[in-house]
Amino acid sequence: MTVPLDDESLPRDNGELVFEAPWQARALGIAIAVVERLGLPWDAFRHRLMAAIASDPKRPYYESWSEALESLVIDMNLATPEVLDAATPTERAPL
Amino acid sequence: MADHHHPQTLAPVEARIAAIEAVLVEKGILDVDAVDQVVQHFEDNLGPMNGAKVVARAWTDPQYKDRLLEDGTAAIAELGFGGPEGEYVVVLENTPEVHNLVVCTLCSCYPWPILGLPPKWYKAPAYRSRAVREPRKLLAEMGSAIPDDVEIRVWDSSAEARYLVLPMRPGGTEDLSEQELAGVVTRDSMIGVQRL
Repeated sequence: MTVPLDDESLPRDNGELVFEAPWQARALGIAIAVVERLGLPWDAFRHRLMAAIASDPKRPYYESWSEALESLVIDMNLATPEVLDAATPTERAPL
Repeated sequence: MADHHHPQTLAPVEARIAAIEAVLVEKGILDVDAVDQVVQHFEDNLGPMNGAKVVARAWTDPQYKDRLLEDGTAAIAELGFGGPEGEYVVVLENTPEVHNLVVCTLCSCYPWPILGLPPKWYKAPAYRSRAVREPRKLLAEMGSAIPDDVEIRVWDSSAEARYLVLPMRPGGTEDLSEQELAGVVTRDSMIGVQRL
């Protein structure tokens, strides 16, 4: 217990990455920003996430997250599936 | 033929997230900076280091500990932590007789302001089901054998409350400062899958 401690050395993620890929961070940020922008309680998203997980328990977590986000966006009339299809890229944008 | 451009193909889910962001930005519902700020906030400001400060304060200030066990949300707010998924935090005290374990059986509910985002295993179906069904066996497999005479209480976060486990202060830490004690606290101990 002789390690000097400051904020940076406090336990943060126990060596585990929170996001496995940048798009997962975007997915999280978009969901929170949309819910805030619409003035909804977080439960509006959380219940969709629970339903998405329940519908396919073995699916990777952030894929369920994506489905929950899409259902929120469509139900709130922010976009239609057709609009999203048309906007879906086939290649990653160059950095 | 080899493709010399090596275009990076997108997983369908990654492409879908990009589409959702692009459409919402175009409609003026979102701006890219707002999304950046949320992500940055999670990466910089939220994480187990906040919960560790709460635990260290409780270990060193008995009156704070009383307040923390009485009203977790309010006592945590005293240290400046709060926000989404932290609206109703219940603090569970480990004792020589009782060990507390936290799970979310239906999704991934977790006290973001004090622990950040949940680790991958917390969201996995195996943890979510086994924590309820066979917690003692699961904890042993995760490296924390709980003595048979210690009761394990399992708390499901799926309802309104989010839980923080207050671990027992380890022996031999009497001389440590509050800040040093915070460095002893691990994320896993605050979920209840580890004993310090």
